[in-house]
Amino acid sequence: MVTNAASFGRSGVHDYILIRASAVILACYSIFLVGFIALSSPLTFDVWHGLFSTLPMKVFTLLALFALLIHAWIGVWQVLTDYIKCTALRGVLQFIFVITAFSYLAAGIVIVWGV
Amino acid sequence: MKLQFAVYRYNPDVDTKPYMQDYTLEVAEGSDMMVLDALLKLKEQDPTLAFRRSCREGVCGSDGINMNGKNGLACITPVSTFKGKKLEIRPLPGMPVVRDLVVDLTQFYIQYEKIKPFLINDEKTPAREHLQSPEERAHLDGLYECIMCACCSTACPSFWWNPDKFIGPSGLLHAYRFLIDSRDTATEERLSGLDDAYSVFRCHGIMNCVDVCPKGLNPTKAIGHIKSMLLKRAV
Repeated sequence: MVTNAASFGRSGVHDYILIRASAVILACYSIFLVGFIALSSPLTFDVWHGLFSTLPMKVFTLLALFALLIHAWIGVWQVLTDYIKCTALRGVLQFIFVITAFSYLAAGIVIVWGV
Repeated sequence: MKLQFAVYRYNPDVDTKPYMQDYTLEVAEGSDMMVLDALLKLKEQDPTLAFRRSCREGVCGSDGINMNGKNGLACITPVSTFKGKKLEIRPLPGMPVVRDLVVDLTQFYIQYEKIKPFLINDEKTPAREHLQSPEERAHLDGLYECIMCACCSTACPSFWWNPDKFIGPSGLLHAYRFLIDSRDTATEERLSGLDDAYSVFRCHGIMNCVDVCPKGLNPTKAIGHIKSMLLKRAV
């Protein structure tokens, strides 16, 4: 059994479930957005504003941003532990990536709830 | 007919860095031979060339090498496979080189040890052997045949990057062989030892192991079964 404290999940199985569940949410969100853009003709500011004014879309967007945070956290941790062998450098890079993902989430909350 | 070879050479006592050495072998027109036979003939030309071999028939797993970028056993790979192209022979990738084509497989065996590659049974010892039904025995097919040549683990990027933490395809194939064995009673203990972010879950299913296995085994499938067992236990 190998221990680690830098990934998001509590165990290998936990990471495995989280990364797949978050991928499903992100895929659904991406497909929905692409579908909406493709089917909304013409796509005006009012149509776009109307979409994001609804509560379900706000919740869906925040869910996608939260899924992005989890997905990026685990995924980046996996990539960094593969390729960056210097622990200090890996820690710094992991910190930067996680802070960036958190910033997206924080900005997303402010922006979506500002519509 | 002339066969062209480029062989990885490195003797740490003499060389400052590895290099590729070209060899030519004169053989009868239209004839074929195994790569190991070619290596033995090259060794007659140059006795300093070092490589491992033992059974010469794909059973012992000693002569795993990298041939034109793909791992395999020299003794069961015909030279004709490479269609007259120059054959580049290198040691198994990712492992420390002891000399020429001989690699240090200590890390590979350490991972093998971790999975406790022996039957654990805490029930009362039967008077004769532990019995299995034909169906229970059939679960071991495709698992017990592994000869531990290390072709799969040394073709796996996850094993290259984390050989101290990721068990590797060969070790995990063996792990599943004991997990699925009806006579083994340590399933829970074995799964607990694998339930971390590295030991099993570093496998991302790229199937290099399946591509190179000289025995035609499928470690990715076995790893998938272990992941399912871990998932069922956790949710």
